[in-house]
Amino acid sequence: MGFDFLQDKDRIFTNVYGFQSWDLKAAQKRGDWDKTADLIKLGNDKIINEIKESGLRGRGGAGFPTGLKWSFMPKESPDGRPSFLVVNADESEPGSCKDREILRNDPHKLIEGALIAGFAMRARAAYIYIRGEYIMEAKVMEAAVKEAYDAGLIGKNAAKSGYDFDVFIHRGAGAYICGEETAMLESLEGKKGQPRLKPPFPAGAGLYGCPTTVNNVESIAVVPTILRRGATWFSSFGRENNHGTKLFQVSGHVEKPAVFEESMSIPFKDMIEKHCGGITGGWDNLLAVIPGGSSVPLVPAEQIMDAPMDFDGLRDLGSGLGTAAVIVMDKSTDIVRAISRISYFYKHESCGQCTPCREGTGWMWRVMEKMRDGSADIADIDTLYQVTKQVEGHTICAFGDAAAWPIQGLIRHFRPEMEQRIRENAASENRGEEVLEAAE
Amino acid sequence: MAEAPNTPDEIEVRAKWGNFKFTPENEKLAKWQIAKYPEGRQRSAVMALLDIAQRQVGEETKTQGWLPVPVIEYVADYLNMPYMRVYEVVTFYTMYNRAPVGRFHVQVCGTTPCMLRGSDDVFAACKNKGMAKGKTTPDGLFTLTEIECIGNCTNAPVVQINDDNYEDLDYDIMSRILEDLAEGKTVPAGSQIGRKTSEPEGGPVVLKEMVKSNHDYRNEW
Amino acid sequence: MPIVTVDGIEVEVPQGATVLQAAELAGKEIPRFCYHEGLSIAGNCRMCLVEVKPGPPKPQASCALPAADGQEIRTDTEMVRKAREGVMEFLLINHPLDCPICDQGGECDLQDQSIAYGRGRSRFEENKRAVTEKYMGPVIKTVMTRCIHCTRCIRFAEEVAGVEEIGAINRGESMEITSYLEHAVHSELSGNVVDLCPVGALTSKPYAFEARPWELTKTMGIDVMDGVGTNIRIDSRGREVLRALPRLNDDVNEEWATDKTRHAIDGLMRRRLDIPYVRRDGTLVPASWAEAFEAIAAVKAGSSVAAIAGDLVDCETMYATKKLVNSMGSDMLEGRQTGLSYDVSNLAAVNFNTTIAGIQEADVIILVSTNTRWEASLVNTRIRKAVRKGGAKVFGIGPEADQTYPVEWLGDDMSLLTKLPKEAADALKNAERPAIILGGGALSVEGAHGAALKLAAKYKLVRDDWNGFNVLHIGASRTGGLILGYAFDGGIKAIAAKKPKLLFSLGADEMDYAPFEKSFKVYIGHHGDAGAHAADVILPAAAYTEKNGTYVNLEGRVQRSNKAIFAPGDAREDWSILRALSDVLGKTLPFDSFAELRGQMFADQPDLAVERLLTFDWAPPTGLSDKPTGQGVHPIKDFYLTNSIARASATMQRCSAELLHGDDMLEAAE
Repeated sequence: MGFDFLQDKDRIFTNVYGFQSWDLKAAQKRGDWDKTADLIKLGNDKIINEIKESGLRGRGGAGFPTGLKWSFMPKESPDGRPSFLVVNADESEPGSCKDREILRNDPHKLIEGALIAGFAMRARAAYIYIRGEYIMEAKVMEAAVKEAYDAGLIGKNAAKSGYDFDVFIHRGAGAYICGEETAMLESLEGKKGQPRLKPPFPAGAGLYGCPTTVNNVESIAVVPTILRRGATWFSSFGRENNHGTKLFQVSGHVEKPAVFEESMSIPFKDMIEKHCGGITGGWDNLLAVIPGGSSVPLVPAEQIMDAPMDFDGLRDLGSGLGTAAVIVMDKSTDIVRAISRISYFYKHESCGQCTPCREGTGWMWRVMEKMRDGSADIADIDTLYQVTKQVEGHTICAFGDAAAWPIQGLIRHFRPEMEQRIRENAASENRGEEVLEAAE
Repeated sequence: MAEAPNTPDEIEVRAKWGNFKFTPENEKLAKWQIAKYPEGRQRSAVMALLDIAQRQVGEETKTQGWLPVPVIEYVADYLNMPYMRVYEVVTFYTMYNRAPVGRFHVQVCGTTPCMLRGSDDVFAACKNKGMAKGKTTPDGLFTLTEIECIGNCTNAPVVQINDDNYEDLDYDIMSRILEDLAEGKTVPAGSQIGRKTSEPEGGPVVLKEMVKSNHDYRNEW
Repeated sequence: MPIVTVDGIEVEVPQGATVLQAAELAGKEIPRFCYHEGLSIAGNCRMCLVEVKPGPPKPQASCALPAADGQEIRTDTEMVRKAREGVMEFLLINHPLDCPICDQGGECDLQDQSIAYGRGRSRFEENKRAVTEKYMGPVIKTVMTRCIHCTRCIRFAEEVAGVEEIGAINRGESMEITSYLEHAVHSELSGNVVDLCPVGALTSKPYAFEARPWELTKTMGIDVMDGVGTNIRIDSRGREVLRALPRLNDDVNEEWATDKTRHAIDGLMRRRLDIPYVRRDGTLVPASWAEAFEAIAAVKAGSSVAAIAGDLVDCETMYATKKLVNSMGSDMLEGRQTGLSYDVSNLAAVNFNTTIAGIQEADVIILVSTNTRWEASLVNTRIRKAVRKGGAKVFGIGPEADQTYPVEWLGDDMSLLTKLPKEAADALKNAERPAIILGGGALSVEGAHGAALKLAAKYKLVRDDWNGFNVLHIGASRTGGLILGYAFDGGIKAIAAKKPKLLFSLGADEMDYAPFEKSFKVYIGHHGDAGAHAADVILPAAAYTEKNGTYVNLEGRVQRSNKAIFAPGDAREDWSILRALSDVLGKTLPFDSFAELRGQMFADQPDLAVERLLTFDWAPPTGLSDKPTGQGVHPIKDFYLTNSIARASATMQRCSAELLHGDDMLEAAE
């Protein structure tokens, strides 16, 4: 294994496993809130530039360059509207569980990051939108925010920087779609989380119609360390255009599922060997991997083995890094069921606002269930594929794409398996009886 | 939102919950939540207030709580919102219960990462205890709901019972948890196989210093 | 102004136009379900997808995308065709195939667009979704399985009607449109959601299974239920009016109509006067036309004759009556049935000068003793627009009533007109387009009219390009009547004092007949209501759907309504009754046809000759009393029962009982 694994000294989230306290005193001992005022004194432009140069790309899934995103925020408010930072802690993508560790084990990194990022984009406050099911995590965050207020680190003259900045916790209540940034804004405004039409984009008219930037928890929490250690340090990890360290989450059929911080572009096999104790049943037993959370298409074993785990590497495989939530499936997996369960997830989580998603997710799931038990026709595979294409790119938000892609990935790579199942089912003697029963 | 909410009869519910109001402590909590949002944007607090209200109903019914119509209207009036808009919110988000639930709301994650690691067995354990999806056991103790991914995927399979997550389950562990809860014992939340959080089973392979002490890595920068 | 190309056709579009509007300007039809000109943009149906360059390589929702200079818009590409087919298929997979029993059939957007843009066959083999019906009130029938979730009804209720009682609950494919807890929607405008619904999910309950659209004769008419003059289309079959639907007129009703306008029409078939009656020995008994006329001639009234016009009559009827009364030597004409006697020397001082469309531009509005929501619902929606879109501030003097927008109620003592509280006074002073609206109730308070005119002068409500002084008339006949001189000095009281021997009542059902005990009362009208009960002779006449007529609405807009059906039984059109009666009275009116009557009316009153908005010169009377005392009142006690047609309507009775008087009709309806 020739890969340079990330060393502990270069890990940002040193308390990721929560062996030590999350509280302010402990966090400060680990280096958080250390001369934060000096970082703020760099000034808005310097901070944004540094983040741009670090190569940090959004950690929420889409991978949009974070510094560039901040630069879309207005430099001044001609009409007196304030600006807002919204931190997306609605971690709901199946496979993803990294933000949870930041929220409950390293909350001060997030709060400090929110202050610095908020200052850089001239926001007056940050709302941290935590998914409702993270009940304990929200409690920790509320307590950490209180600590930070009590210590003068946020609020008026935050951390003695001369900048006034508030941080508020807002809890969701169970809706995956609120992770979509405009749905999140709707939800923050006390409505159903239904994505907005764009334009206008949040940087122009976001929360309460004010300029707003929505960033993932991890994107914000790494900011203080990047500024302390410099853009060059951060960009020294990973391949060109895919820089930095990253929290990976490996679930499914590995010996030891885990969350860990690694260098971007780590080869898949190295990553699994080092951090997860290998694939259950050995490497020959690997079937396929969903490398970036449920919305990205799966990648068959032979293609993923040596792939660099980064945005471009996985894009080249027709998939994506997403949130770096790696779902590993060995050969014991009913791959059709695994994807069908994801289709059920999207059916369950569709907000219902626009036609293709509302009607298409249910249709796709029902056909997927017929694929699962083989009761579909071979021609239904083409129909299913066409339906995914009718959903993809036709909806208000990217949810439609996310619902379509896993199925497309399945058909692309496992069509023979699907066909075989249908043929076997047709051949089985029971079929006639089942039809009779169903008819009764 | 249960799969097929059996919304109770409006007249009965109004008779029972018509006089609902926040307790003084919850009143304080509600005010604190509302104060998080700019003047004129109080309706932003609707989700928080519904949560407080549901918990209060939970206290009174010794369950996770639910949201009877008069309680929804109380929250709407509290925030000066049209009832319909609050009702929409209640029905949109899954964590608001629209019908009473049992003492323990057993919410088993069935999404793919949990499925891959045995959520079928967790459901089987529930079923073996007489539970059925969307139903409350006759003794009023358990309500079983299949939920979607709750973001504990590296500790799959997982169940959230009321406010607590129980992780790294299998059939036997889940059976034991249900038995213990039924007997009134407290079951420590978190990993059921001795993991601290999401480190690999058996202990972390990185950041080992952190296990023992609050290590400051800055000296090594 | 941006210039774009649509399928290669270059068009210049107004600033702020959408791609959809640009395509329409280029003559390209864009299919749509959720988009509606009168509502906010939702962009949820995805039917209007087009290809736009520059932009992402996927189809864009044209309803929501701003048109920008240099855009290349394609509506005819393979991508667009496929997108439309795809969306159409999705809309249909869970839509029932029940067109043969659906009242929307024949006028259904989904039917029409599936033929034009659909694939022709379905690939969906699963079970279709079934959704339970939702009760929405007495006029809306629901078949929610047909719903395509365009949310037009929700947006209408929230934005236009101002009643947030319709919403979408649940999510995903379980999303359902419903009224709050499936209770009736408490809005006088609820029926509009039936028109807005592009499918058969919301249909008209009273019209259920009555007819197919192709069976109906469509006649362009004017509504008489209030003073707005809502433009309507009267759908009839044989001798029955089956529907009254709003026609688009951006200056008047936009494309809305009140539930009364739509649904009072079943009252046209009940309690009708279809033969003449003569009172003999205290009892009204059927008579022939000749007997009825003779009974009137027998009064030998000479010049002791007066006429009172009701709220529903047309200008032609009033004109013919005026000619008859004048020819008998009298000028006792009155239309203000309820006894008002305000100064009419300058019609501008009793007109809605800001205009219906204009009031939505106002920035400060003072409501004086008016429940605008009931007196002129579609003026109220304009005020709501002024508040919602323009941030207008509204103050109210008089009894409080829910207007669907925030009103700062100042109190109900009418003397407030002479001493506005500081906040209201400051707002008026600083306003760019201030307006005052005097309801019918305000004019009944002695001194209020004068005080309001004084206030108008003080705060310069009338400016070079703005007249903010408004009187809100409730009757459809009122402004026309004032133009034709139906305003006797001193009002009805003064006429009663002259003890006319003969009194013509033109459908006057809201007046007090007691002071005319000694008069011989001839009721010319269509319903057996208060006026008929008081009458000595009843001459059965035509309702508004049964005659041609001219109406002038509350802002002075001259509009013409057309005859849709014949009056029932022996009833006749009003003008012909008056013409025949004039013969018997020996005062033969000088016209033998409706056209001749109109010609003479136009010659006498050129204002009525052209369909247009009249403007009256601002020359308010001076010297009116201007010290109002006492409390304001709202003249309408029950929105649904304001005239004889509405009172005869089973639907209006049901609306009144259920929506206003809280009777729980829910169970009965089920």
